[in-house]
Amino acid sequence: MTDARYTPVADHALLISFASEISDAAHQKVIALDQALADDPPPGLLEAVPAMVNLLIDFDPLITDHTALQASVEPLVQSLKPQALRRATRRVQVCYDAPFAPDLPAVARATGLSEDAVINAHLAGDYQVLMYGFAPGYAYLGGVPDAIQVPRKPVPLRDVPAGSVIIAGPQCLITTLTMPTGWSIIGRSLTRVLTDDPDHPFLFDIGDRVAFERISADQLAGGSHG
Amino acid sequence: MADARLAVSFAGPLVTFQDAGRRGHLRHGVAASGPMDRLAFDAAHSALGNPPGGTAIEVSLGGLILSCTQGSVTISVTGGDFATDHGGAKGRSWQVLTLKQGDKLTLRAGAAGSWAYVAFAGHLKAPMWLGHSATHAGSGLGGGALGAGQVLHIDDAAVREGREGEVERPARGDGPVRVVIGPQEHCFEACATQTFTTQPYSVSDAYDRMGMRLKGPELPLKGALSIPSEPILRGSVQVSGDGVPTVLLADHQTTGGYPKIATVIAPDLDRLAQRRAGQTLRFETIPAAQAVAIARNTAHQRRVYLERISIARGTLQQRLMRENLNHGAAFD
Repeated sequence: MTDARYTPVADHALLISFASEISDAAHQKVIALDQALADDPPPGLLEAVPAMVNLLIDFDPLITDHTALQASVEPLVQSLKPQALRRATRRVQVCYDAPFAPDLPAVARATGLSEDAVINAHLAGDYQVLMYGFAPGYAYLGGVPDAIQVPRKPVPLRDVPAGSVIIAGPQCLITTLTMPTGWSIIGRSLTRVLTDDPDHPFLFDIGDRVAFERISADQLAGGSHG
Repeated sequence: MADARLAVSFAGPLVTFQDAGRRGHLRHGVAASGPMDRLAFDAAHSALGNPPGGTAIEVSLGGLILSCTQGSVTISVTGGDFATDHGGAKGRSWQVLTLKQGDKLTLRAGAAGSWAYVAFAGHLKAPMWLGHSATHAGSGLGGGALGAGQVLHIDDAAVREGREGEVERPARGDGPVRVVIGPQEHCFEACATQTFTTQPYSVSDAYDRMGMRLKGPELPLKGALSIPSEPILRGSVQVSGDGVPTVLLADHQTTGGYPKIATVIAPDLDRLAQRRAGQTLRFETIPAAQAVAIARNTAHQRRVYLERISIARGTLQQRLMRENLNHGAAFD
């Protein structure tokens, strides 16, 4: 049995919440429900939006309503199988060399590690795609090791280039646009989350695992994709 | 049919290509974008007899000046009450007219409204992203913003004289903007929902395609601000730490950690988006079931309205003949 809270949102959405605090268990239920909805979409479902502890279903109010949709979702929630999630592993290449890692020295200082130790810790993390948000293709990856977790910087840096690998607390993100960020910039990636592939326009599905691989500045400049 | 070309002599900020929007990618951080006033956008196409959803131009209060450099094309102008100048002939939005080579068209902010739409009898070419030209203004993804010097290409441009003239405006209520409370009303002090739905708010200067920040009584949050990042919709009313509400609109973030006190129902978003900085508005809370009933009723009314304006009225000559026949019948 899984407890879930159902909240109607406007005239066209239903929010299904598994917890009010972030936990792995709650997020696994979100992914399990997301996959169950993809396998067996209830009538009127337009799209599902998974987040940290809940999932929102946007529906067509000409086809269904909050009550009918909840009735078709409840059996799915009751038979969730968070143990049997489909998860691909995606590889992301990162150059940690100057000038692409301007905050690496500060992260090293803050954590009492050498820069190489920060890099190795980052490479060793077990990352999972938690959700997207903020801007197109901004995928929040959980799994930054405790040893290199640092808070946001007090002042955001403007015009941070697309492809920057940034960290804050337990989360890591590969930027897709030139944007300001208050997260620490520890590398630059060639791997594009917005792939330009019409059949698979986003590199990650929510729930995927992510493995980082180190490349040199030469490989970055050469556009090597490994 | 031939092609037409229009040179952009001037485009204010946030004048963008928009089609009906790219739905289905909220999970990837991509808002649907599309027109801020979806009904006016649909009306612009219907008034020309176009199929729904094609690329049009969304014009901000900054305005737009176009010059027809090649061919001829019939266009519609809908949306807020903007002022038009077609080669010296002054008019207002909600009209269909034909641009011929050498013609200049100016759109300026008029008496009311924040967004106008220009649609074309033909296919307006624009860059696509994920199969849509809708522009996400913050990132520039999609068709993008228009700028001076740009040339617009309209393939299969048609002249449809029988559609020229005024376009019937849709009936839009002027009552409170209706919301369904939640989903994070529990994050607020008990007085907050009552304040939000009984006190007047006004539109601040911080209004763009992403959202509309409001001015008015603060909505106090209970204790800790931080909630886990949750999904956001077009219409979500999120409240930042200072107690100030913002209604998120076409180019909204898809998730965020600010609590949302309420969500504006979709049928009321178009008229909300046409408000301007300084204008006041009130919010009214309704139950979710009533929101669905309103959505269904509104969808029906919109369909009837769009069908009505999609019928060509005929050329001037045909219209005069019809008038004569009608008069003849009346005096029989």
